[in-house]
Amino acid sequence: MAAKRKTPVKSRNPDLIRGVGKYSRSKMYHKRGLWAIKAKHGGVFPRHDPQPKAPAAAEKPPKFYPADDVKKPLLNKRKPKPTKLRASITPGTVLILLAGRFMGKRVVFLKQLPSGLLLVTGPFKINGVPLRRVNQSYVIATSTKVDISGVNVEKFDDKYFAKEVDKKKKKNEGEFFEAEKEDKKKLPEDKKEDQKAVDASLLKSIEGVPDLKAYLAARFSLKSGMKPHELVF
Amino acid sequence: MPFKRYVEIGRVALVNYGKDYGKLVVIVDVVDQNRALVDAPDMVRGQMNFKRLTLTDITIDIPRVPKKKTLIEAMEKADVKTKWENSSWGRKLIVQKRRASLNDFDRFKLMLAKIKRAGVVRQELAKLKKENAS
Repeated sequence: MAAKRKTPVKSRNPDLIRGVGKYSRSKMYHKRGLWAIKAKHGGVFPRHDPQPKAPAAAEKPPKFYPADDVKKPLLNKRKPKPTKLRASITPGTVLILLAGRFMGKRVVFLKQLPSGLLLVTGPFKINGVPLRRVNQSYVIATSTKVDISGVNVEKFDDKYFAKEVDKKKKKNEGEFFEAEKEDKKKLPEDKKEDQKAVDASLLKSIEGVPDLKAYLAARFSLKSGMKPHELVF
Repeated sequence: MPFKRYVEIGRVALVNYGKDYGKLVVIVDVVDQNRALVDAPDMVRGQMNFKRLTLTDITIDIPRVPKKKTLIEAMEKADVKTKWENSSWGRKLIVQKRRASLNDFDRFKLMLAKIKRAGVVRQELAKLKKENAS
């Protein structure tokens, strides 16, 4: 007579319908722990007895109870991702800017920054657009691509484009206007050097394609008879 | 002004409306006053209203409702494709399609080419005017 167990074993595999269990053979193998019942454990499922716990320090009652119950805000573990890049925008694509100071300018796309904005450059010598951030929604991607392999854009990220905070705050009215005139911000030399470095190899690949330089120098505009929904970019 | 293009078996037509817009099809049978049975090498034979067809000048020699193989052979023999592509109508359609598929860069290059050509023409014209004036 087989020894009776203390409690009758409940099946680990509930029935979906009579004759069909919820879990497959491989899942049941895992549930029953057959993967751990090995000869080296003595043919039984290995048991780990609970380790003796360190004695918990006696909890003192708090000195101060707030008058009203303060609600704790719910925990938010969301990590924002950069915007999904359109399939038509790849490094080296020529983009048409649709808004802002450089509206209509055709510009070369370099990379997507961690904030989701697109890093873009004129090149500066061709159309006056510097290294700049641009939102994907304000851009038309053309199918023209420029060879961008010689360009190193590793060092550029959103912090590079952060505004410089002026520590001094002059509040005297008399000095205000003179200070404004002196305060016209000059572009730091290292940013100019960065622009030149990025543009140097770009210019070479652009000049390799006939008419591409003039194309990037020209602005895009809708002329009479052009239907944007029928245009192929 | 008599009619020159007749609906007949073997008449090649251009579809001008519907799912098969722009395709060249052959009239293979007439169903009734308004509809024709129509066939092309790359489509399933089916009926089409005459209003959806524009007749072309091209005809091929086929029996009524030929097998697909016979139809394709007859089209090859009559050389429908080359005849169509060399006709002025066919060439216009090809140019239209090409223009519609132009890239933004292509349109820019086209603009430069047009300006260049206009410049050359104007130079020649100025030369001729000068010769005539003197």
